[in-house]
Amino acid sequence: MSKAFLIDLTKCMGCRACQVACKRWNNLEAEHTSMTSDSWTNPFRLSARTWTRVDFTELQSPQYKAGMKWVFARRQCMHCLHPACVSACPVGAFRKTDEGPVVYDAQKCIGCRYCMVSCPFGVPGFEWDKGLLAQPLIKKCKMCVDRLGAGMEPACVKHCPPRATIFGERDELLATAKERIAANPDTYINHIYGENEVGGTSMLYLSSVPFEQIGFPKLGSEAVTVNTEAVMEKTLPFAAAWTVILAATYGVVKFRERTNPQGEEKNQ
Amino acid sequence: MNSENKTSSPTISFSWTILIILMVAGFLTTVARFIWGIGSISNLNDSYPWGLWISFDLLCGIALAAGAFTTAGGVYILGFDKFKPLLRPAILTGFLGYLLAILALGVDLGRPERIWHLIIYWNPHSVMFEVGWCVMLYTTILALEFLPMPLERFGLKKPLSIIHKFTIPIVIVGVVLSTLHQSSLGSLFLIVVNRLHPLWHSKLLPLFFFLTAVAVGPAVVVVEAYLSSRIFKRHFELDLLSRIVKVIPMLLGLYLVLRFGDLVIAGKLGALFTGSLLTLLFWIEILIGVVAPIYLFSKASVRENQTSLVKTSLLVIIGVVLNRFNVSLIAIARPDGATYFPHLLEFCISFGVIAGGIFVFWLAARFLPIWEVSDDASKV
Repeated sequence: MSKAFLIDLTKCMGCRACQVACKRWNNLEAEHTSMTSDSWTNPFRLSARTWTRVDFTELQSPQYKAGMKWVFARRQCMHCLHPACVSACPVGAFRKTDEGPVVYDAQKCIGCRYCMVSCPFGVPGFEWDKGLLAQPLIKKCKMCVDRLGAGMEPACVKHCPPRATIFGERDELLATAKERIAANPDTYINHIYGENEVGGTSMLYLSSVPFEQIGFPKLGSEAVTVNTEAVMEKTLPFAAAWTVILAATYGVVKFRERTNPQGEEKNQ
Repeated sequence: MNSENKTSSPTISFSWTILIILMVAGFLTTVARFIWGIGSISNLNDSYPWGLWISFDLLCGIALAAGAFTTAGGVYILGFDKFKPLLRPAILTGFLGYLLAILALGVDLGRPERIWHLIIYWNPHSVMFEVGWCVMLYTTILALEFLPMPLERFGLKKPLSIIHKFTIPIVIVGVVLSTLHQSSLGSLFLIVVNRLHPLWHSKLLPLFFFLTAVAVGPAVVVVEAYLSSRIFKRHFELDLLSRIVKVIPMLLGLYLVLRFGDLVIAGKLGALFTGSLLTLLFWIEILIGVVAPIYLFSKASVRENQTSLVKTSLLVIIGVVLNRFNVSLIAIARPDGATYFPHLLEFCISFGVIAGGIFVFWLAARFLPIWEVSDDASKV
């Protein structure tokens, strides 16, 4: 069975305990940060040292009390069901496990960063400040796969005070999400982000506001890997056919030259 | 053998100084990158994982190296023997183009010391897997196509005759690998579904990359011949060159029809008239790099005049360069607040690599029979 998260943004209070728990469990260094934007979000984005982060969005509308409303949305790897990184990696360093986490084999990676280009959520981070001897790698949330093996919940889930993030089987969490929407149709919008996005993700989100308003990419339900994988399937047959066509063309041209030695007049 | 002694003129020594400075600067930057990391010499970041090196050195470099396979295919497979004088410089340019792209890739890759992993760890779903294999295999093919030049120079008749026996298979494999490689560079961006601007994202990206690479091939041959004629005081083969560019309007015409047809079918025509910066870039790319060369190269007066031939070829090159930058860098949406403009030291790497290419081309032109017409094909 496949494990997943249900992240209920209406319960999140923006405490960033998940950010801290993630750093502590995974021994991630602190980042130099600065308050540069008009939001409280910090650091600037996910990176090799920050695998989860709470986005702070300040929404303004007369319908809200005091004319504004905070929405807190923690972001991390979505652990897609059809992950772009797994499909894109030339050496197969990424793998979608049966248990749910998308994991990375640091021993294989060549550092081409195509995973970063292809990820629809812009998740993987690269260690830009490491030279050849320090051996830079790609880093991202691994759903605490090392804790799961020991029967523990992921660190961020364990440390979420209001239980805004819960952990479990994906289909059960989907059912829970639908129950919550049905029970409180005024609180939630009727959209479980991650249920169908890019073919489904292991991270499921509930929200009180449309996801576009809080910076979630608007994505279709088709996996982003379909086009590239379709092309790759056709590559070898195409190469074989093209070889035959070229060889045949050569044969025809040679044959004509032999039967018609006056072929000098040919123009392009 | 070419043994003109032109090195002593003052203009050459000035160019030499520039070349050497650029190569040394590029080398020192490379050393810094390996000690302190890519971040220390570049403005690349997690929102812009690929920048100048991928867009310019790799994507433009490989596209501009396409003259090698198109000329080889034209001469050996289609039997246009009269273009043979253009073949060796085109092969040399292509070979150097690939070697330089590999060099730049060695700087750009996070773990260049693991490049051999491509051979043992396979992921056949990955376009990058195909790209990697095409680079390795086609560079080998280009080395084989280049080999007769040094072999002739050093009078090694035995290996020369062996290579000549395999000329046709080598050329055919080279054309197949080039087709795969050029198109796969376009396929790389198929996966950037939600972030690549709709004016560039298309299921036909592989075909678009291939067609533009084939079209730019003759244009590069023209410009390379022009530069050689200036630097090495050689005769500019206007007659031949004005004939090979005849193919450009056909290829670019087909490309233009497909590109707009695709926009119509996908219902994206509205994106053509939004007045955004990207729409403007699209029109510049299409009008300067596609429509203008189609019009100009269909006129005999343009093709048969050295100056306008070279200038119009430059337009084709600019169009392809702009297209590669748009697809791989500019037209990809990033998170709010993310910025990238190449660091001075990133330019140092790219210019150093180009300087190295010119240097090696000069060495080859001086010491190898690159302008001699070999008789490889006629005996097959």
